[in-house]
Amino acid sequence: MFRPAVGRTTTLIALAAFTLAGCQTPTPVAPSEPPTEAVEEGSVEAVEAEAESDNYLLVYSGRSESLVQPLIDQFVEETGIDVEVRYGNTPEMAALLLEEGEATQAGVFLAQDAGALGAISRAGLFTTLPDDIADAVPAGFTSTDGSWVGVTGRARVVVYDAETINEEDLPVTAEDIVSPKWAGQVGVAPTNASFQSFITAYRVLKGEGAAESWVGALVSNDPEIFENNTSILEAVESGVVPLGLINHYYWYQLAAERGEENMRSQLWFTEVGDPASIVNVTGAGVLTPALLDQDAYDFVSYLLSDTGQNYFVSTTYEYPLVPGIAAPEGLPSLESLVNPDLDLSDLETLSDSQQLLTRFGLL
Amino acid sequence: MSTSTAPSPRASLAPSVRRPWALWGLATLAVAVLLSPMVYLGVRVAEVTSEELAVILFQSRAAEFAANTIVLGVSVSLTALFAGVGIAVGIDRYRSRLRRVLLVIASLPLAIPSYLAAYGWLVIAPQLNGFVPSYLLLTGVTVPYVVLPVAARLRGLGGSHEMVARTLGRTPVSGFVETVWPQIRSSALAGALLVFLYTISDFGLVAMMRFHTLTWGVNAAYSASFNRSQAAVLALLVVLLAVIAVVGERNLRGHYSRPSANAPHRPALGRLVSGATGGLFWLPVVGGVVIPFVGLISRLAQAETLRAIDWPRLMEATGWTIAVALLAAVSATLIALPIAALASRLRIRATRTLESFGYLSHALPGIVVGLSLVFLSLRVVPALYQTLAILVFGYTVLFASKALGTTRAALDGVPVTLTMVARSLGETPWGVWRRVTLPLALPSIAIGALLVMVSTMKELPATLILRPTGVNTLATELWSRTVALEFGAAAPYAAILVVVAAIPAMFLGAVRSERGEMR
Repeated sequence: MFRPAVGRTTTLIALAAFTLAGCQTPTPVAPSEPPTEAVEEGSVEAVEAEAESDNYLLVYSGRSESLVQPLIDQFVEETGIDVEVRYGNTPEMAALLLEEGEATQAGVFLAQDAGALGAISRAGLFTTLPDDIADAVPAGFTSTDGSWVGVTGRARVVVYDAETINEEDLPVTAEDIVSPKWAGQVGVAPTNASFQSFITAYRVLKGEGAAESWVGALVSNDPEIFENNTSILEAVESGVVPLGLINHYYWYQLAAERGEENMRSQLWFTEVGDPASIVNVTGAGVLTPALLDQDAYDFVSYLLSDTGQNYFVSTTYEYPLVPGIAAPEGLPSLESLVNPDLDLSDLETLSDSQQLLTRFGLL
Repeated sequence: MSTSTAPSPRASLAPSVRRPWALWGLATLAVAVLLSPMVYLGVRVAEVTSEELAVILFQSRAAEFAANTIVLGVSVSLTALFAGVGIAVGIDRYRSRLRRVLLVIASLPLAIPSYLAAYGWLVIAPQLNGFVPSYLLLTGVTVPYVVLPVAARLRGLGGSHEMVARTLGRTPVSGFVETVWPQIRSSALAGALLVFLYTISDFGLVAMMRFHTLTWGVNAAYSASFNRSQAAVLALLVVLLAVIAVVGERNLRGHYSRPSANAPHRPALGRLVSGATGGLFWLPVVGGVVIPFVGLISRLAQAETLRAIDWPRLMEATGWTIAVALLAAVSATLIALPIAALASRLRIRATRTLESFGYLSHALPGIVVGLSLVFLSLRVVPALYQTLAILVFGYTVLFASKALGTTRAALDGVPVTLTMVARSLGETPWGVWRRVTLPLALPSIAIGALLVMVSTMKELPATLILRPTGVNTLATELWSRTVALEFGAAAPYAAILVVVAAIPAMFLGAVRSERGEMR
């Protein structure tokens, strides 16, 4: 781990002392700061600085209610902690948190993509998670600084219209997707975080020049531009667009709704190591005002527990990120998909990808 | 009651006679409240450096978004203006009972949220995208904003001038243009303005139809890059377009002639004209209501997860939807009243400008109003944050303009002769306001309130941000199921939402015609 190995308790003690010393705002102390001398072992301050449970937690969820509420109900039942949840789209919840700042009542932010988590982290609104939580998920699928932790993974896939396209004609690499053969036939959602992570992955794996020519080729191929993964999937499913780039789990959700045998569209993974089949993560972090709220840490731990991880596997068909838990059936293993140790929450590199897309008029 | 607080008939004849300072104060305060989100936009835009601003304006797609917005807004509002007047005229020439039914039917598209209309169409014709479907569908769901006020105004008109014109050899069209149009112009243009503001601030429909307007760009700035400053710059561009439209409408509206109190009498429509207006009448109803509904129902029939309906939850969401819509209707009407009263009483440039400012907040995308009230309420009234009060305040900011236009038209529509007679009989100005003006204007004021109700029921983006945690409306419940692709589970919420919104929408038609009957 490259993360500064400062335990939560130390940070909390430092912070509490800092606060008690008369500092008005409990701004999060940089983890590298040495524990303040004012705290003596076993002093009142140190005891008070321990995170405590008040049996109440407010969660902001950028993931939809029907997908996460059953797990939260289970958490409530097991722990007796009263959990209130505010649901919204991930970007809007992030925008809401950015406006609220330190005034937020929320203890935990549960987000659909790493970019939103990165935005909150960069605004200094996440506490540093304790090691037992932060280290539960391998590098590449979680934050680099312990400000948030990955919960589940979604593979980028090609969705295709199985009525009009034969499997042997399908693209094997990202480059095939932009070949003239598919002109006017590929659906993409450039404003969507998951597409942008794919562009970031392409830049990292193949270089800036190659990424630029890929985007150029995509644009000159006249792609169909959609709002999000769902609308691409709907378009392929209804035969409007033959090929689309989406996250795998949307297909499973729609199949659960319509019945797998009724699905006209099918999923296709490009070859091992290809950027078109990278893994995006969802994740969670504890907000700074909840620094001393044990309930918040318990909740995030629960998401990473066997119960939590298996719940996502069986209900949302996502990849578990904690090692030792089996992926949903019928999917290639997580290890076989490319994991270029990307920091998908790094907004700087996200912004570079967006500028690339903007140059080609996709944003 | 001081004479300066209530409008008096004499003042509306000679504005300089009385200075209603208290009314000025109230109206100015009301406009300031409605414009409060602009403070937030100002703060966010001020964070943008000039280089960033240049990048946003000239290197991003802002110019393309703006062009799309202008083209869409102008074409939708012009089409709604002409079609709406045609439909209203067509309806007006029918007998009273049939007319009432027709007006109720014509109001139905108001009950369909634009995102549902788009979704329903996409189920049937998934290849739809871009300008043309966005234009047609937005016109279909917004045309009642023109039909309803024009139909109401037509009921209040005497037909004698038009008859005279026809007797003097004018064709039906030129007779109409010369005699009727000047009298309905103000209502028609006010309706068209609402259509324009609705169109440029709509997100759901253009997003589904993949037509990229400024409002789409605002949402993209939040969701793609968490760039609040870029979003604010684009939102300010929307406001700028709204300013241009509001000023333009004010100049076009021109002078308004008060209706006479004589009985209406209509020349019969030519067969060709009534055929044309009949066709126009059914287009928005079929395109904006029937076809989307068929689409929704067919999707429902396909769904495998059509679970048992969670009745308590459905009822709770219905209850909240009705409750917040009622509160918003009252609040928006109350805030619009002083602005409308002032503008109606003192016809001077300053009051017209003040009234115009009252319309601007309607052009703001819901997400911007939501976030701006998060920003403001946490700083000014943190105790009210995420309470019903702020949510209702948000609806008020978004929709007060819908009450404003109808309320002003209602107050304008009270014949001066009646108020003067009341004054000459010894009634105080407040008494005239209470016993003559208000009863005569009330049906139209109620129409404004109903419009706010319908709009509130359908509202989603601001509701998601401002609602108290745990409060679910039909719109948010519908949203939370469709994002999870559970169309079967979403269907009952969609159906109830449309039914609940159809009730005030149908009242809109009914109130209008009853008002006509009264005369």
